Amino acid sequence: MLIARVIGDLVATQKHASHEGRKILLVQPLNLDGSDRGDAVVAFDAVDAGVGDRVLLVTEGFSAMTAVGRPQSPIDMAVIGFIDGIDLIPGVE
Amino acid sequence: MYLGRVVGCVWATVKHPAMVGQRMLVIQPLTPELQSTGKRLVCLDCTGAGAGEIIYYARGKEASFPFLPAEPPADATVVGIVDTLHVQRAPKAAASRNPVHKKARK
Repeated sequence: MLIARVIGDLVATQKHASHEGRKILLVQPLNLDGSDRGDAVVAFDAVDAGVGDRVLLVTEGFSAMTAVGRPQSPIDMAVIGFIDGIDLIPGVE
Repeated sequence: MYLGRVVGCVWATVKHPAMVGQRMLVIQPLTPELQSTGKRLVCLDCTGAGAGEIIYYARGKEASFPFLPAEPPADATVVGIVDTLHVQRAPKAAASRNPVHKKARK
């Protein structure tokens, strides 16, 4: 799972039928220091996240489909939680 | 899933039987600001996307799910055509919002 920030959303009319009725978010994965980690991705929303939220992102098909509740659907990323805080042990960078 | 733009299409006469009749598109991955990023790839298509359209595509085993019960050996498939994007990136200064709390050494 990755730490990420919701930076926007996306509207699509023409899409796979199993994607209907679910919010599609643009999500930017983050490093621990809050900087961007690679490019932003498109993820389905399983927890009603909004723009600006720091969230937990799964990037594997089975977990994403299970979280969104659409089995056998072409979904490979989903937002599955909000992050309230992160504690690191001293000396870890 | 990832954002991309359709920049071409691919023909193949000899291919896996499960892929017969499927469209194959050349996709350029994009950032949310619609700048090109990374290398182009070939995707199957389940939406009917045309040249120049902004799409999103799924990677991995999930790429074969739109074609069930057929299981084409695809690892990327276009699964939606993007109508609009709303991007609200926080200013750089706000990157320290929700900082990581490092425990003080005791």
